[in-house]
Amino acid sequence: MNFAEVAVVKKLLLHLGSSLVDSIKDLMPIIVVVAFFQLAVLRQPIPNLADILVGTALVVLGLTLFVYGLKTGLFPIGETMAYGFARKGSLPWLLAFAFALGFGTTVAEPALIAVVDEAARVAAAGSMIENTQVAIADYANGLRLTVALSVGLAIMLGVVRIIKGWPVHYLIMGGYAGVVIMTGFAPPEIIGIAYDSGGVTTSTITVPLVTALGVGLSSSIHGRNPLTDGFGLVAFASLTPMIFVMGYGMLL
Amino acid sequence: MIAGLLHFFDVLVATVRDVLPIVVIIFGFQLFVLRRRIPNLPQLLVGFLFVIIGLALFLQGLEQALFPIGKLMAEQLTASAFLGVDTAAGHQAPDWRYYSWVYLFAAAIGFATTIAEPSLIAVAIMANQVSGGTVGIRGLRVAVAIGVSVGIALGTYRIVSGTPLHYYIIAGYLVVMLQTMVAPKSIVALAYDSGGVTTSTVTVPLVAALGLGLASNVPGRSPLLDGFGLIAFASLFPIMSVMAYAQLSEWYGKRIRRQPSGSREE
Repeated sequence: MNFAEVAVVKKLLLHLGSSLVDSIKDLMPIIVVVAFFQLAVLRQPIPNLADILVGTALVVLGLTLFVYGLKTGLFPIGETMAYGFARKGSLPWLLAFAFALGFGTTVAEPALIAVVDEAARVAAAGSMIENTQVAIADYANGLRLTVALSVGLAIMLGVVRIIKGWPVHYLIMGGYAGVVIMTGFAPPEIIGIAYDSGGVTTSTITVPLVTALGVGLSSSIHGRNPLTDGFGLVAFASLTPMIFVMGYGMLL
Repeated sequence: MIAGLLHFFDVLVATVRDVLPIVVIIFGFQLFVLRRRIPNLPQLLVGFLFVIIGLALFLQGLEQALFPIGKLMAEQLTASAFLGVDTAAGHQAPDWRYYSWVYLFAAAIGFATTIAEPSLIAVAIMANQVSGGTVGIRGLRVAVAIGVSVGIALGTYRIVSGTPLHYYIIAGYLVVMLQTMVAPKSIVALAYDSGGVTTSTVTVPLVAALGLGLASNVPGRSPLLDGFGLIAFASLFPIMSVMAYAQLSEWYGKRIRRQPSGSREE
């Protein structure tokens, strides 16, 4: 290695070292809570201590690498693409990208697959659908596509909002009103799952990308403020699935 | 050790499969639509690699350490025997005051898991950069964590008391509307986003276990109808706490004539 390479590696290691300290600080509250309740309240020894120590070390290491990758990979690519689309000036392609990002990241999301399978079993048990393998699989797939579609539309709508400069709270308030109204009409069995589906769509990789896209777009469009206009995409992406899933529950 | 490595490999493959559609979309649009060279490509690829490996390690560690003990504790803390609730006395739900350890655990675990939530860290870093340091990374995360903590504690009280979910959600929604009118405009969008990111990798499994454990142990509650809904609390209350944080720091800033510094880096 020459001198420049050594300097780069040294800088990287220093950076990772300080992030490692931050990650340990981030994990500290969980360790304190678990230890306090296990030892002082439940008064039981901690089971499989070795496993737990190794696991905690993995969590700390993983978080450190993730945050580093976030700053060098996910954020820059999200912003680069936002600038690229702003320069190209083609609205249809930008909307297509927004939809693809929302739909593509959601449709394969493992947490979502778990939730729709659960929902299909609940629906079959409540005899909303036939209790056969085919009917359950159809229901689960339909629900999964519904959620992915709603996230794609949400990101698209969020991008339109940034371009037009609409205040975020009108759309969010409208969305929440939609959730409240749908809650009144949807079958009770689907409501809990609908609320959960809003939470599972915003995965750990989607959030940084979508945030970088919003911030990048609003800083490259004249007259938009990245703080006021750039955020809000994640909020849409967790709101629309609730409405769509309840709608799905009402239609089927 | 070998089994651990094999399992890690599975998690890694699952993470890669998770990231693959994103990579295809990004590079597809970059190459065929934008048709531009990607600046700093090697650095970006290294960043992606770090994200994938980091996330896989993180998930593997959670599954090995945190989730088993967290779920076990949620079950034990909600068990009637531990709380001294006499379930033999008919199907009447017992007094809510028996469950004080549950509320405390809910608040503590809600706070602690939110602080460790990777998507929240991402949003906080971005908000810090964009606001030129006015929004502190730590300050925002603590504000969100306090919101989740209050929300989940109230959510467990709702399960114990058996009051309908939509009363709380509608009341919360009204408070959010009022706050939106008075809070500094610059924070509103960020506050709404904070609601969406809290319910992610670390928080959801533990909170769901707590809700289901509680709903199956409190007499007269059904896990199916009452076990859910904690997530809704966890995404509503941070919106309030972040707007409150912004109002407080604005007020504080006016009083001191300078912004309080809450940032930890950069």
